[in-house]
Amino acid sequence: MDIPYTVELRRDTGLTNGKIGIWLFLASEVMLFGALFASYILIRAGAPSWPRGDTILNVPLATFNTIVLITSSVTMVMAWASLMRRRFGTYRIYMGATILLGFVFLVVKYFEYGHKFHDGLYPSTNNFFAIYFTLTGLHMLHVFGGMVVNAWFWGPGAKLWKTNPVWFTNRVENSGLFWHFVDLVWIFLFPTLYLL
Amino acid sequence: MTSDHASMTDDHAADIDRHVRVYITVFVALMVLTIVTVAVSYLHLPVAMAVTVALLVATVKGTLVACYFMHLISEKKLIYAVLVLTAVFFAALLALPAVTHSNGFWIHE
Repeated sequence: MDIPYTVELRRDTGLTNGKIGIWLFLASEVMLFGALFASYILIRAGAPSWPRGDTILNVPLATFNTIVLITSSVTMVMAWASLMRRRFGTYRIYMGATILLGFVFLVVKYFEYGHKFHDGLYPSTNNFFAIYFTLTGLHMLHVFGGMVVNAWFWGPGAKLWKTNPVWFTNRVENSGLFWHFVDLVWIFLFPTLYLL
Repeated sequence: MTSDHASMTDDHAADIDRHVRVYITVFVALMVLTIVTVAVSYLHLPVAMAVTVALLVATVKGTLVACYFMHLISEKKLIYAVLVLTAVFFAALLALPAVTHSNGFWIHE
């Protein structure tokens, strides 16, 4: 049986089912990260003293990663725009760049984590590192998840372009919505953890 | 294809070109705002002021991403409805620590 409303818009919602699905998922993601942000506020407000992020964490590296992730959001939206223009070759370049930038983000994070572990700083060290590793760790998992889906649409999943280009374009748009959300979370994580 | 088909057919090439120009502008704005956030942190403002500025800039950046990259500027009503509901619950979630901490409502210190 075919999945309904992947290409045609449902009359009552005015949307494809995939679009409403991804937004409902993102709504649940807002609550997931929201709970952790609320925990951060509670822990910080209740602490007798709290270190400024920039005295412990590497701000230049995180700034670089912020730029990497924002750039990847642009390449993601350009990948979708390329499909809208029916330029599959350009799509592949932009999508490949998006995956590569996600990889760069994870490599930088690997070095950041490695450096902290080397200095004997773990989630168990104190509340600052507990919330730092939890929030950035969960965010990294999201980056990784988004990369897996994007890699699928860059590679084997792209076969759909030949048989049903509109459906494929919609799928890439939805994958992009997730990727932009991951970027959006980092936009708040960066100043919260590193700069304040 | 009928007009019921998703975005791909309703958007003409010229529209997409216009979108792309907007994406580039938003990209530049996001880069500038990232530099602003980092630069402000070096000023070592008082904590309350620093938090306000950082969250304000982050909110502007987040809004740009949501409105333009995620196309929320022109989305269907049902999605706005879902997001309004989410915003209400998110605000309640963030308000919880504030309410419980300021030795008022629920926790008596």
